[in-house]
Amino acid sequence: MTNILTLAGAQEGTVTKASLEALGAARIIQAAQGGQIHAVLIGANTGDAAAELIAHGADTVWVADDPALAEYQPDPYLAAAQAAARQADAGVVLTVGDDTGRDLAPRLAHRLAAGSVTEVIDIKVDGPEIQWVRPVYGGKAHAVYVALSERQVHALRPKMFAAPAREQGRQGEVNKLGLSLDPATAAARCVEKLQEAVSGVRLEDARVIVAGGRGIGGPEGFADLQRLADVLGAAVGASRVATDAGWVPATQQVGQTGKMVAPDLYIAVGISGASQHLAGVTAAKTVVAINRDVEAPIFKRADLGIVADWKAVFPHLIDKCKEIGGQA
Amino acid sequence: MKIVVCLKQTLDPEIAPKDFKIDAANRKLVQGNAKQVLDSYAENALELALQLRDKHGGTVTALTVDDKPADKILGRALALTADKAVRVWDAAWADLDAHALAHVIARAIEKEGGADLVLFGRQSADAERGLVGSMVAEELGFACITVAATVEVADAKARVQREVSGGFTVVEVDLPAAVTVTSHATNTPRLPKVKDTMMAMRKPIPVLAAGDLDVDADRTAPRVQLRDLLIPTSEGDCELIAGDEPRDQAGSLVTRLRERKVL
Repeated sequence: MTNILTLAGAQEGTVTKASLEALGAARIIQAAQGGQIHAVLIGANTGDAAAELIAHGADTVWVADDPALAEYQPDPYLAAAQAAARQADAGVVLTVGDDTGRDLAPRLAHRLAAGSVTEVIDIKVDGPEIQWVRPVYGGKAHAVYVALSERQVHALRPKMFAAPAREQGRQGEVNKLGLSLDPATAAARCVEKLQEAVSGVRLEDARVIVAGGRGIGGPEGFADLQRLADVLGAAVGASRVATDAGWVPATQQVGQTGKMVAPDLYIAVGISGASQHLAGVTAAKTVVAINRDVEAPIFKRADLGIVADWKAVFPHLIDKCKEIGGQA
Repeated sequence: MKIVVCLKQTLDPEIAPKDFKIDAANRKLVQGNAKQVLDSYAENALELALQLRDKHGGTVTALTVDDKPADKILGRALALTADKAVRVWDAAWADLDAHALAHVIARAIEKEGGADLVLFGRQSADAERGLVGSMVAEELGFACITVAATVEVADAKARVQREVSGGFTVVEVDLPAAVTVTSHATNTPRLPKVKDTMMAMRKPIPVLAAGDLDVDADRTAPRVQLRDLLIPTSEGDCELIAGDEPRDQAGSLVTRLRERKVL
């Protein structure tokens, strides 16, 4: 029986989705092996977030709340996670591999002499053994790892684990993590945030994405994609081929080397479906492919497909979507 | 400024899925006709290393840990004017995981006289772990920044733009530091010049083994074990919309999407 520690954060007093995903993964292990679930809540003005974590399955919450921790600061966050791992006597530490977790996990693993797997998409518990499944080679293969070390620190691929249901009135313990964490004295200091200029819907938040690849042929084609996106209130994405060619900015790239998206609907237009690209849409619910080549790998991932020249289909698709009011 | 850039050769990630094969029983990749290439993020890191050296002076050492000869990627680093290239390997290291690799790399960097800045690709195209660079930082006691788009150096400090969701975080870091690098408009790899390629061919590529380094044998034992390697079966069956008329196809598609309640 081992204790599990999950990393948690809050924005304006509300627990982040990633925090709940980590709790969801922790519950898979707890259901099979028992043990206590601890969460370390790092941030500023965390408000009711600790109580929310308990309502979602944490048994104990360790709070590091300090105005200086409002934004991610690598060294103090790492120190807080390390201190909480010690307090919780955690055999397994789980974080979601977002900007924060991806940065923290390897260093925390090193400090705890822990085996570590990143981009975990599935967890299987077999007796005392926990198996960590992750994609490798751009998703062409899956690797199943087990830890040989006493402690383990893993990063979960975002949006792969469901948040546990909220239980009103669930009881747990909340403790302050007694630490002095001054980011100003750290060797690395986050001093400024630069916003990426986004017109319209952010890819990561989009419920519908219209994405184009090599088959779009140039920036003019992406203007057509934008027209459909405007009708649907969707964001426009692209494969690496299209961004490398400069047809759209690199910030619109979806894939292993771009953005990980999780829309309800992903319309892939003129995209062949290289595994590098598909790695970015693993969490998409419904995928539509429009491609001339029936052999294109995208049709293996897609739920619905049209084998045709996208240019012929698109005007009609835009009209039909306008007819239904376009509310996606 | 002393810069070490850690490179990795990987299976060509552009290989078609039908040509991608694994030996499931031995949990290994089947190389087949696929090429080994310099990992693309490592290429970005190398480009950044060369730019920083060209601007501030000093040296760039290219380092890789590999059981296979890596003359192609290290030779390319030399042709691109890296000052030195080193391969590290010992026959006793059967199965180095990220921790073990980080231990070996850190000891090799020390053997090479240390560094002010150690650069890595943010993750490789094969294992895609994104672990080793940060763990080397911990091994060396260096500051650590991951997923850097740009790095500027002045007065024993670096100013790093770290790519995050929705933009960048500007991080000030005291050197020495380890930085993992992502692709950015400013670090598109350069091409080698013929003259430099000729010069590079004359440079030796030494191989360092455990005995040359202060490696703790216990630390080369893996902390994770690969239990299974498999090719996932493709999910779902794609329903191809019938019809030859684009108008009908578009209509049917919208109908099906409404049935699925995604439109």
